[in-house]
Amino acid sequence: MDLYEYQGKQYFARFGIPVSPGGVADTVDEAVVQAEQAGFPVVVKAQVKVGGRGKAGGIQLADDVDAVRRHARAILGMDLKGHVVGRLWIERSSDIAKEYYASFTLDRSAKKYLCMVSAKGGVEIEEVAATDPGAIARLHVDPVDGLSPQAARALVADAGLDEEARRGAADVLLGLYRCYTEGDCDLAEINPLVLTTEGDVHALDAKVTLDDNAAFRHPEWEEFAGTDTSDPRERLAKEKGLQYVGLDGFVGIIANGAGLAMSTCDVVEQVGGKPANFLDIGGGANAAQMANALEVINTDENVRSIFINIFGGITRGEEVANGIVEAMGRVEIASPIVIRLDGTNADEGRRILAEHGSDKLESVATMIEAARRATELAQGAAR
Amino acid sequence: MSVFVDENTRVVIQGVSPTSQGLYHGLRNRAYGTKVVAGTNPKRGGETIEGIPVFSSVSEAVAETGANASFISVPPPFACEAIIEAAEAGVPFVVCITEGIPAHDEARAYNLLVRDFPGTRLLGPNCPGVISAGKCNIGITSGDIALPGGPVGLVSRSGTVFYQALYELTRKGVGQTTGVGIGGDPVPGTTFTDVLEAFESDPETKAVTMIGEIGGSAEEQAAEFIRDRMSKPVVAYIAGVTAPPGRKMGHAGAIISGSQGTARAKMEALSAAGVIVAQNPTEAGERMVEIVKNLA
Repeated sequence: MDLYEYQGKQYFARFGIPVSPGGVADTVDEAVVQAEQAGFPVVVKAQVKVGGRGKAGGIQLADDVDAVRRHARAILGMDLKGHVVGRLWIERSSDIAKEYYASFTLDRSAKKYLCMVSAKGGVEIEEVAATDPGAIARLHVDPVDGLSPQAARALVADAGLDEEARRGAADVLLGLYRCYTEGDCDLAEINPLVLTTEGDVHALDAKVTLDDNAAFRHPEWEEFAGTDTSDPRERLAKEKGLQYVGLDGFVGIIANGAGLAMSTCDVVEQVGGKPANFLDIGGGANAAQMANALEVINTDENVRSIFINIFGGITRGEEVANGIVEAMGRVEIASPIVIRLDGTNADEGRRILAEHGSDKLESVATMIEAARRATELAQGAAR
Repeated sequence: MSVFVDENTRVVIQGVSPTSQGLYHGLRNRAYGTKVVAGTNPKRGGETIEGIPVFSSVSEAVAETGANASFISVPPPFACEAIIEAAEAGVPFVVCITEGIPAHDEARAYNLLVRDFPGTRLLGPNCPGVISAGKCNIGITSGDIALPGGPVGLVSRSGTVFYQALYELTRKGVGQTTGVGIGGDPVPGTTFTDVLEAFESDPETKAVTMIGEIGGSAEEQAAEFIRDRMSKPVVAYIAGVTAPPGRKMGHAGAIISGSQGTARAKMEALSAAGVIVAQNPTEAGERMVEIVKNLA
């Protein structure tokens, strides 16, 4: 789960990482109140989960109440790369002397944590990595040993941060490490990390991705939930506990297992179709889950046909078949369904489907033929 | 021969109770012919469940039964503790199928194993397990989709595509030595390279099917190994060509980060290493059948 900047900063603050004083505003009047509390001049920042907000006009400096009103009015409701701004973060403006970069993430090939620090902050780190790789100091941290204060100090020196920033930056790194590990982040990134003209070091932006698998031990993450997606299909799928990613095609996909679901999307594209979604009903999926999956796909207006691709392992063929029959009784499924059913108890499943005898439902023997048939039906169908 | 497990493998199921997932899968494995010799449960030491003697710890189970592999399917909050308990008891091969373990727990457990328990190999987490056709099945793979006798070794990140691939080979009469599901998490205990190395040194494995997916660089590392160290033919399939960047596609590890971890890049790396890259699981099966035909 990605956090908004304001959530990331609030999360940082829990681990002692200094951030600018500020607050959240959903209306122009709230923006004024937050600005007065933070103290002028302030920065009015659009809260969207997309990069390049500044260039697109989503970040503005305001010296007084009038300017706050003007900018808040302009930014609220603004469309930034498809994300409509519904919330602002208002914080006291910083007098920036230098902009740096700091982050922790997992280096999957080294199987250790990777800390990156650079004296070149304020631009995309991928860009720095491409144009001036020497400007990024890297340190692998063993998850068993953790990050020592000595290692943090050595790293900021190695990155060439200015002398007066090093002590503060090393402290920030130690806080960021705690945030990353104890806070169960997949990514904890500060860009820019700034040195002010007064000599303070603090986080001017926050990019935090939380590890969903750790949610069971973070009841406080509840407050972040429900703010993650603007896609209504994804919201519904999440409510129903399904692994769903919305795509922009017209063949609805249901498969069991993440790999098979990806593979099903790929095969549909190979035969000239376009997948409308990725949907993994999981291992051991039962009738209720299949019914839920069909209901989610059924809300997608772009879907012209549905391809159900099941290879039964723990998932059993008759359960899948019962789920389809149940769903078709529960809701009017708008599109024709093509199903490929193999593996555990597939014969029993195919028998149940044949007995159900719906003209909306076709059983096809192989994955590729089924993809072809679903694509054909989609291209021939008008909803 | 087979890799990692064979007819001499003796399995202890960690966290066993009459209603546990571990027992359910363990009994299926036993029905396949796997020697399931013990279970553990701190509260049920001394009991016998479905004919399986239960001990209160793994070290006791090892001492009493000579177990040399463990099977873990306990929920995510307890899985890493269970892995370390098995390692401390000296178990050389640990299969963990648990899905949803926090990434940091997994990274710590992995590095702890590397540092303090180099004699223990972890397979998984979040994997279907391992099956040496006709000899031993630890995990959740349906035994009937594997065909004994070799000559193909199979390794996969995905579970269901692993089943699909086994099934495609079996249906065409091509047997397998061992099928290894390494799992879809970001820090797998056993990597493609580990398994490829094992297949390369196994005289009965003549060719290898490898099934990867988006995210990370394990397939690229495997490609290097294949180019430099492997003499046996490899067929690969990579899932996720249509996956959008920045989204986790079901598996915790299946995510394209920036431009890193795309299916295309992996296919190109494998192709450049001399691997036959198939466009879908069916084609992967067909290509392997051709290879096996030419071997004979």
